[in-house]
Amino acid sequence: MKIGVVRFPGSSCEVDCLEAWRLVGEDPVMIWHQETSVKGFDLIVLPGGFSYGNYLRPGSIARYSPIMEDVIRFAKSGGLVWGISNGFQILTECGLLPGAFLRNVGLRYICAPQYLRVENSDLPFTNQYEKGRLIQIPISHGEGNYTIDDEGLKRLQDNNQIVFRYVNTDTSGNPNGSRDNIAGIVNKEGNVLGMMPHPERAVEEIIGGVDGKEMFLSVLKHWEGRSQGGA
Amino acid sequence: MEPKIWRDMGLSDDEYQRIEKLMGREPNFLEVGIFSVMWSEHCSYKTSKPVLKKFPTEGPQVLQGPGENAGIVDIGDDLAVAFKMESHNHPSAVEPYQGAATGVGGILRDVFTMGARPVAVLNSLRFGPLTEENNKYLLDGVVSGISGYGNSIGIPTVGGDVYFHSSYNGNPLVNAMAIGLLEHKDIAKGVATGVGNPVMVVGAKTGRDGIHGATFASVELSEEAQPPAVQAGDPFMEKLLMEACLELIQSGAVVGIQDMGAAGLTSSSSEMASRGNSGIEMELSLVPCRETGMTPYEIMLSESQERMLIVPQAGREKEVEEVFARWGLEATVVGRVTDDGMLRLLEKGRLVAEIPVKALTDEAPVYHRPSQEPDYYQKLKNTKLENIELKDSAENVLLALISSPTIASKEWIYRQYDYQVGTNTVVAPGGDAAVLRVRGTSKAIAMTTDCNSRYVYLDPYIGGILAVVEAAQNIVCVGAKPLAITDCLNFGNPERPEIFWQFEQACAGVAEACRALNTPVTGGNVSLYNETLGQAVYPTPMIGMIGLLKDLDQVLKNQITSEGEQLYLVGEREGELAGSEYLSRFEQLEAGSLPEPDLKEIQKRLDFILEGNKQGLLLAAHDISEGGLAVCLAEMTINCGAEINIESGNQLKVLFGERLGRIIVTAPKEKSAALETLAREYDIPLTHLGSSKGKNLKIKVAGQECLDVPLSQYRPLYESAIRDIMES
Repeated sequence: MKIGVVRFPGSSCEVDCLEAWRLVGEDPVMIWHQETSVKGFDLIVLPGGFSYGNYLRPGSIARYSPIMEDVIRFAKSGGLVWGISNGFQILTECGLLPGAFLRNVGLRYICAPQYLRVENSDLPFTNQYEKGRLIQIPISHGEGNYTIDDEGLKRLQDNNQIVFRYVNTDTSGNPNGSRDNIAGIVNKEGNVLGMMPHPERAVEEIIGGVDGKEMFLSVLKHWEGRSQGGA
Repeated sequence: MEPKIWRDMGLSDDEYQRIEKLMGREPNFLEVGIFSVMWSEHCSYKTSKPVLKKFPTEGPQVLQGPGENAGIVDIGDDLAVAFKMESHNHPSAVEPYQGAATGVGGILRDVFTMGARPVAVLNSLRFGPLTEENNKYLLDGVVSGISGYGNSIGIPTVGGDVYFHSSYNGNPLVNAMAIGLLEHKDIAKGVATGVGNPVMVVGAKTGRDGIHGATFASVELSEEAQPPAVQAGDPFMEKLLMEACLELIQSGAVVGIQDMGAAGLTSSSSEMASRGNSGIEMELSLVPCRETGMTPYEIMLSESQERMLIVPQAGREKEVEEVFARWGLEATVVGRVTDDGMLRLLEKGRLVAEIPVKALTDEAPVYHRPSQEPDYYQKLKNTKLENIELKDSAENVLLALISSPTIASKEWIYRQYDYQVGTNTVVAPGGDAAVLRVRGTSKAIAMTTDCNSRYVYLDPYIGGILAVVEAAQNIVCVGAKPLAITDCLNFGNPERPEIFWQFEQACAGVAEACRALNTPVTGGNVSLYNETLGQAVYPTPMIGMIGLLKDLDQVLKNQITSEGEQLYLVGEREGELAGSEYLSRFEQLEAGSLPEPDLKEIQKRLDFILEGNKQGLLLAAHDISEGGLAVCLAEMTINCGAEINIESGNQLKVLFGERLGRIIVTAPKEKSAALETLAREYDIPLTHLGSSKGKNLKIKVAGQECLDVPLSQYRPLYESAIRDIMES
């Protein structure tokens, strides 16, 4: 599988994403934001960090990086796009995903372990989970408070586009005030995923657990099936 | 020249006379300005130099000792760690967010200037008690500043330490430490050599911020002291600068590189020329400025952030420009290296300053300040503590101690820091020391900051020793071997003999402990004049220590994770009340005579723990520090209770007495015998305390049940104490 991780000025999780893919045996490539084509790639990852210092609004400037025009074309033609944290913010800014982000309730940055519930396991990104499973994946953001209007929320719910929700356990609930506890969503077609938690930080026992690893394996499984199906 | 001019810049009349003599003529305004910042305490170490000379700075592990932007130690496999700690106290007192943010930015530049990629940041913070609104405001602002800068630049903030004490009212301490990794071949230095090589300013443009910041850092805070505009940090700019500098260093085009920190272009150019035994000539009209009409004086003294001075090989200027352009940054040739030993500054071709470089650096005055034992010292030392008894039930004392902000969990603070980015953080904040793996090897590096300033105040010499001992204990408690230290020496006004005495004594203690524990000093920072309205902070020689774990699999936890673990105490059963948290809190007394630590014995105990861990006999380790054994046990039993039985001793001293060199370790039952045998081989005191069990912490001393608390009661107190204060 040919995987590209886009590096914007100010990205900080691009190397972590590369390492996570290497751990499952892939050989991903870094794509500099000033490039203009993602031709030949099977998956584009928009990593976390502070693209352009998050000045103005997170993701609002990165969305105009030269590479993004082709990423949007790629996504609209069915290509897999996975935005994590700042990458999710870029996806809402460029209109590939609905909604927007506010500062966390409490106005503080939060870096902490977080429980999520897998709400949709029929996706290229989640097929290795069982629906309803609780997984622990860390969050790290200051502006992760996902918001969307009533109509938009209803569409997300009706189309099964909510992929992860923050859940209450004894120590953690909705950490940032996100509407309907939303931690991650997909587009209607299911090929563009945005999520605030960092699965690339949960692929090794000695770092942050391994609950995120299945996401990487899911994508590979999906790709394998697709290739064998001759698509 | 009017005396008022140099006096306003912080120069004494004698110092001015010295300048005239060194110059052989009357200096102009700009030249006096340059001397004033280079001869400030912050840049010249004129007061501290004679004392710092006594630090041990050598060892086979040291690749770069003091004198450069950061120290470097070898960790084998051709890899090395660059690290340094620095203060940003006064800016943080004035503007906590930007003060702390630029503190982080500055220390990161010191590390990547050496060619190392920063992998972690730690912070050592001291504030007045949180019962005062201003201290809450300062804590909140400082934490936001560290979070804002560190998170944005994408380097994890993995640890540090935080204390609250009234001596820091109005003068908080904000010390930041950065750690970077590099290959031996990539070590870069701050030297200007090679006649004709260009001198380039790279990064942000120069503005009018922070002018005379180094001078401000070298006076007491008072109503009259006019703070300059505190510099504003731009972490995005610094991230670009960092990537560009590392890329450039890798290319081999760099002869010398230095951060423009305190005293900006002045200190970077003169220090680089001084180390290279060369001269530098610069045309100031070429320096990219943010504002129009900046004078040579403003350009030379600006402390605008995110700038570096680079001397590349002649002919490779274009290459430098291209690397920086790729990251959207400017790189501008502003001058060249000469061989005449002068710092020569021109403005549109007109000579505006010409100073011998060595006059600014080597010829800076050195003061041997008078030193005198303060009156309080003997009085507090001789305070009798024999008749003090436990004031309340042991349970209530424990609950009060673990919910006091100095001891309580710092989670409210560190959850605002991205401590995971880089995915190397094996032991996150909350452990005894932070541990980061070194990718591509089986190794890990451990790092910590420590200093109990109450001990240092009561006995600066012993307190200095104990600051190093505590750091070493924390490193050993995660399974790592201590390698070296950096320090940040925060004291009051050294012109007062009793403050200078504290400084001398504390440094002697630090030096003694570093020699004994084989952890040389590789650099650091001195922050004097930490006073508000004539009140000095407690003497605080902050220690930042680095350690090495050869095998990542041998990281030790600091908490009990399952039932049946055997708990052992390494060291004496009783602690002392002198300088203890108990005495301060329950007797409102900070007094007593600290026992002089036996460094040979402590070294033996640390070696025993490292060996026990190597042999696979240990599961967890946690050192006994503030609050004593009971607090240490409570911190270890946050997830699983324990039943402890200590056969003899005074209840108060056993539970809440403090004495460094004591560590609690746990072992699996089947390894207990081997551990006891090893202790006999090492000839160290090892006491079996009990085992982990149930959901309560139960402690019996000399046959008497003195404590039985459910962890469901103390855990929430411990975890939420700071949050409850800050968010109420």
